[in-house]
Amino acid sequence: MQCNRFKECASLLVVVLLICSSTKAEQSTTNATAGNEHGAPPSGYQIVTFKWHHVMDPYIIALWVLVASIAKMLFHMSSKLTTVIPESALLIFIGLLLGGVVWGADHTASYSMTPRLFFFYLLPLIVLDAGYFMPNRQFFGNFGAILVYAVIATVWNAASVGLSLYGVYLTGVMGELKVDGMLDFLLFGSLLSAVDPVAVIAVFEEVHVDEVLYIIVFGESLLNDGVTVVLYNVFDSFIAIGGVNVTGVDCVKGVVSFFVVALGGTLIGIVFAFLLSYISRFTKRVQIIEPGFVFVISYLSYLTAEMLSLSSILAITFTGVCCQKYVQANLCKESATTVRYMMKMLANGSETIIFMMLGISAVDGGIWVWNTAFILLTLLFIAVYRVVGVVVLTWFLNRYRVVPLGFIDQVVMSYGGLRGAVAYGLVASLDEARVQERKLFFTTTIIVIYFTVVLQGCTTKSLVTWLKVKRSEHREPSISEKLNGRAFDHILSAIEDISGQIGHHYIWDKWESFDRKYLCKLLMRKSALKSSDQILDVFHDLNIKDAITYIAEGERKGSLAFIQTPNTDQLVNVNFHSSKQSEVDASMSVLKEGASAVCLDMQAVELRWKNLRESEDVYTHHLLQQYLYKPKKQLKYKYGRHDITSTEDDAQEKEIFEKTMKRRLASFKSTKYGVSQSKKVAKHFKKDPSQKKRSDEMLSNGGQLVFHDPAFSDPEHPHEYEVISNGGSNFIPNVTRQALADTYNGIDNPAFMLNEEPVARQALPPWATNNDTVVLSQRARVQMPWSPNNVRRLMPLRLSGRSTDSFLLADVPVPEEHPLSFLPERTAL
Amino acid sequence: MGAFHSRPDENDIRHLAEKTGFSVEQVEILHRRFKQLSRDEDTLQREHLYGIPDLECNPIRTQIVAAFFDKRNFDKDSPQGTVQEIGFEQFLTVMSHFRPLKLRMTEEQREQLRLEKLQFLFNMYDLDNDGKISLEEYRHVVYELLSQNPQIGNESAAIADAAMLEAATICMGQMEPDQVYEGITFQDFLKMWTGIDIETKMHVRFLKMDNTTLCK
Repeated sequence: MQCNRFKECASLLVVVLLICSSTKAEQSTTNATAGNEHGAPPSGYQIVTFKWHHVMDPYIIALWVLVASIAKMLFHMSSKLTTVIPESALLIFIGLLLGGVVWGADHTASYSMTPRLFFFYLLPLIVLDAGYFMPNRQFFGNFGAILVYAVIATVWNAASVGLSLYGVYLTGVMGELKVDGMLDFLLFGSLLSAVDPVAVIAVFEEVHVDEVLYIIVFGESLLNDGVTVVLYNVFDSFIAIGGVNVTGVDCVKGVVSFFVVALGGTLIGIVFAFLLSYISRFTKRVQIIEPGFVFVISYLSYLTAEMLSLSSILAITFTGVCCQKYVQANLCKESATTVRYMMKMLANGSETIIFMMLGISAVDGGIWVWNTAFILLTLLFIAVYRVVGVVVLTWFLNRYRVVPLGFIDQVVMSYGGLRGAVAYGLVASLDEARVQERKLFFTTTIIVIYFTVVLQGCTTKSLVTWLKVKRSEHREPSISEKLNGRAFDHILSAIEDISGQIGHHYIWDKWESFDRKYLCKLLMRKSALKSSDQILDVFHDLNIKDAITYIAEGERKGSLAFIQTPNTDQLVNVNFHSSKQSEVDASMSVLKEGASAVCLDMQAVELRWKNLRESEDVYTHHLLQQYLYKPKKQLKYKYGRHDITSTEDDAQEKEIFEKTMKRRLASFKSTKYGVSQSKKVAKHFKKDPSQKKRSDEMLSNGGQLVFHDPAFSDPEHPHEYEVISNGGSNFIPNVTRQALADTYNGIDNPAFMLNEEPVARQALPPWATNNDTVVLSQRARVQMPWSPNNVRRLMPLRLSGRSTDSFLLADVPVPEEHPLSFLPERTAL
Repeated sequence: MGAFHSRPDENDIRHLAEKTGFSVEQVEILHRRFKQLSRDEDTLQREHLYGIPDLECNPIRTQIVAAFFDKRNFDKDSPQGTVQEIGFEQFLTVMSHFRPLKLRMTEEQREQLRLEKLQFLFNMYDLDNDGKISLEEYRHVVYELLSQNPQIGNESAAIADAAMLEAATICMGQMEPDQVYEGITFQDFLKMWTGIDIETKMHVRFLKMDNTTLCK
């Protein structure tokens, strides 16, 4: 099966390849004939013309994207391949292959990634994605370390590699190079200094390294691009001035410009993030273009920073980082999902294209200049200085870090120093007039990229496994975790307050309260303020998961059983009907008997049967209406361009959600009169005899307070049973066991009831039981046999009686004498 | 400040530092802070801690302050009940639960530290000291925890319930219908926290630098 698909796709790829190469070949011929076409007057009207030139550029781009996507698809067909070799390396191979095919077709390599394409269209998408999905807490928690690595390590890399190469050049090992002097080497060192986010993310994400390690390497690689670009620009302009003419003032200016560029870019990012968040507050009416705002404004921040010659990478990163909280809260659910997927799709796509292009552009005889010493020394220096930089800086940082970075972390960090697309983009934008050894630099850069991405990328995974690096585990979101995390924050900041320290938690705490007080109010929709709380999100997710399992289990047991199970909140309705039903039933059974025995009038019998059926139909219909939801009316809206969601669905979903909530809570509620309540009452007994009497009365009056305790059936906790029997020994003997069962089963835990009298309960259909029992008892009897396991499993929790939610309040038992008087009330629920 | 004339002598400090794992400088700084909080008395009372302005907006400050006066957290001999005032040594012992890890530690030491830290947290939830976090106790903490967000205040009970349910499923697995989940015991609490490396998270940076003058 898999093999077949693999073959199919392979053949597909071959077809696309053929198209590519044939179009390429045609291009040259059409080039030749183009003059003819335009020059010669058209001989009459042509119905169909072949206008390759008209569509050439977009067509080729689309084809490349298609090829890249298919290639990616192919890699993932066989799961073995991608576990051994990282995707980025595979893409480079494919690129090389494609480049080879094109080269073989007509010996030119016109497809190369221009710096413009890279910096304007491909890089922003990747960086935006990284920023938008940045785990903010970790990022800012490790901000110091990230900054140190991003700034100091990058400058160190650039300087050390550049100067070392220059030193070796002076010894004459490399032979004669056409360079001005030190500056060329420094420029080269700076363009190779950045650890590339694309390559690092690609490898680390596949490996799933530990969170802290990931965020440090990732944050470093993200921020040091900005640093690299600044360094590159500084050296580039120094070269333009000419090595001899650079004065001390220029150097100072260079340093100043470094800070201005970096901080300016960050500031632009924050301003645009603010703008974006603010705008997203008001996009409710134009839901369909809502996701667009995110992309357009982020892109504008990139372009604006570029326009002001500030660091555009930092700008778009910080736009993503700062806006994520507010934007995610403001956008409606569908838009947020769209943004997420679009972002991932675009980032993944551009990453794919970049790596393929890296492969393709290497296949060009014209760019290769070989200088063994230079290339090998570059590789060596890059590896060595990365290790030195990491070790020294980590030693320095560990003196201040609360959680020190261990030896293994340092090894992985040094090894993770992949160079990638940024270096390529920068080297491609070198000006040959200024830097005469551009070709050599280009060749070396490509080799460095291949070496790091392919070799280090392939071996990182085995290294990580071999060193037993802490991996991050994927965890299900859990409420306790969220709650505990929050408690943690408060505890730690309180401890800092008490101990008089101003630390991370202090600052974070202050920021949180500022954010909550002002920023959120300004930047979030009112409706979003509530749902922005992550705890609620998790709660919601859990509820939905619960509902899904509930439904799935119901379905497994047969949909009818599931549907017929009266819902806790709909119980009265059902009961109401079933009581009617049972009346009909009863009368019918009499009639039936009578009919079969006496009446020979077939018409009358038929009529009665019809009646019965009709009433059954009414009942069923009603049930269906209650429990089945209307099918989605998608058709109605599908062709509209402005809106695709219908509000009805929302209401329906909300209702489903509320129902499951209720059910979830009902499972608690049913146990709430269990131990904790009786414990409390038992305490009361000891304290206050009058109270005892009152409760005693209440109990005998109608079973309002339930003393049936799970301990009856619970061998684990005999002591509690004793407490109750001690406290309540006055009344328990007074009430017969049967009476107890009759009166309280509605509010007690049905699970226990079930255990006591399972046969009797199950045997009786809902409408066949006594009509005059408390209505709630129906639920206890009926719901349990069909309720799914996991709900039942959750049920025997002991919960306190103290609760504020309305479901519990609604469950206060009503005196038995007027069972019907509260029906409308309950129905209104 | 008055911190200087009531300075404990060198031996005491060294003794305390050894006992709690703080460095001598840290002990001195904390001592100054202690004196500042207690208004130069030898013992610290609840009111002193409630008087810290930064603590005012902390939703669970009652629990945190209570932890300082809870014998379980500093008295190994009779871990029961609460006290009205604590001395510097007790203060330091409670603080030492938040000491960061050292770079070189054996697995056992780490495990020990983890247990200590978790026990501290557990005590914070377990108000009545019966070795179990009952639902009511849990609800109480969750209610206070979420009280900052007025919109979800009402749902805190439901959230606590859900969290409790979760704890029940984690700890008991598939429960029989007549099984009852009493509350979270310390063992269950440990189970809930497996996989979360609390020993690297539950820490405060105790500076070697004195900045008590900055904090009121």
